Amino acid sequence: MNTPRQNVLSRGMLLTVILFVCAQTAFAHPQKGEAVGFLTGFRHPISGLDHVLAMVAVGLWGAQLGAPAIWVLPVAFPMVMAFGGMLGLMGVPLPGTEYGIALSAILLGAVVLFEVRPPLGLAAALVGFFAIFHGHAHGTELPPGQSALLYSMGFVIATGCLHALGIGIGTVHRWAWGQRALRAAGALVAAGGAFFLWKAIA
Amino acid sequence: MKNTSQSRLPLYTFVVFTFLMWAFPADAHLNSTGMGPFYDGLIHFLMSPEDIVPVLALSLLAGLRGANYGRRALFTLPVAWLVGGLGGLSAMNAKPHPFVAAAWFLLLGGLLAADAKVSLRVTTALAALLGLYHGYLNGIGMGQFDTAAVALLGLMFAVFVLIALAAAFVIRLRAQWSRIAVRVAGSWIAASGLLMLGWAIRTR
Repeated sequence: MNTPRQNVLSRGMLLTVILFVCAQTAFAHPQKGEAVGFLTGFRHPISGLDHVLAMVAVGLWGAQLGAPAIWVLPVAFPMVMAFGGMLGLMGVPLPGTEYGIALSAILLGAVVLFEVRPPLGLAAALVGFFAIFHGHAHGTELPPGQSALLYSMGFVIATGCLHALGIGIGTVHRWAWGQRALRAAGALVAAGGAFFLWKAIA
Repeated sequence: MKNTSQSRLPLYTFVVFTFLMWAFPADAHLNSTGMGPFYDGLIHFLMSPEDIVPVLALSLLAGLRGANYGRRALFTLPVAWLVGGLGGLSAMNAKPHPFVAAAWFLLLGGLLAADAKVSLRVTTALAALLGLYHGYLNGIGMGQFDTAAVALLGLMFAVFVLIALAAAFVIRLRAQWSRIAVRVAGSWIAASGLLMLGWAIRTR
C-alpha cells in the first residue's frame, strides 16, 4: 500500500510530466546579435587564465579580510575595470598591459598568501589599480559588431561571478585548515602570475 | 490497498499523454501568433534589456529606500511610460542615443551601489523622466499601427509588474548581506554603463 507521501510524489511527478509536455509557442528568435553579444561578453573574462586568477584572488582576499572588504573589493574591481575597459574602447593607450595583468596575479596572490591586512582604502586602491589593466585589455580586444549593452552586461556579470567564486572558496577561512588552504591558493595564484609574467617578457 | 481512483491513474495518464504528444506546428514569430497587441507590447518590454535594466535599477533603489518610495515608483513610472509612449506615436524616425542609455545605467546603477539617500521627490522625478524617455522611444514608429495604444498598455502593464515584484522583493529584505547583494547588482549595472559609454564613444 502506498503511503500518502508516495501518493503526493507520484501525482507531483505526473503533473510535472504533463506540464513539460504541454509545449507552448516558442519565441525562438532573439533580436539580431543579442545572444551572441551576451555570451561573447560572458566568455571574455573567463577565457584567459591570467584574468581568472586575479579575479578569484580578489574574492579570496576579500573573504580573508572580512566585512566590509568582502564586498567593497568585489564592487571596486568591476567598476574600475569597466573604467579601464572604457579607456580601451576609446583607444586611450595604456603601456605594459600584459605586465600589469601578470603582476596583479603575483601581488594579489602574495597578499592572500601572507594574509596582508592593509587599511580598506589601500586594499581598494591596489585592487582598483590592477583592475584598470584588466579592463583595458578587454576593451581593446573587443570584437566589432557586438551588442554593446548585452556584451557589457555579460562581461561584468562574468567578472562578478569570478569574484563570487573567490568569496565562496574563501568561506573556508573560518577553519584553521581553511586558512592554510587559502594561503596555499594564494601561493598558486602568485605562481601562475609569475608564469604569465615570464611569458609576457619572453 | 489500492482504491479505484488510484488504479485508473495510469490509464488517464496514458490518454492525456497521447493527446499532448499530438504536436501542432510552432508559430515561432510574434507577428503570426495572434497574441494581440497587448501581449506584443508586453513581450516587447520583456525582450528589451535596454528597457528592463534601468527599470530594475530604479525599482531596487526605491525598494532599498522603503515602501513609500516603492509605491511612488510603482505608480509614477508606468504612467510616465504610457504618456511618453503616446507622445512618441506621432514621431516616425528617431534613434535612441547610446550616450543617454549609458547615462541611465551609470546614474541609476551608481545611486543603487552607493545606497544613496535620495528623497521621495528625486525618486519621483527619476521615475517620471525614465518613463517619459523610454516610453517615447517605445512609442516612436508604433504610430503606423492602429493598435499601438493597446500595445503601449501592455508595455505599461509589464513595467508595473516588474516594479511591483522587484521593489517588493527588496523592501522585505532585512539581512545586511542581502541588501549588500542588491547594491552589488547596482555596481554591475553602473559598470555596464561605463562600458557602454566607451562603446558609444568608439562607434561615434
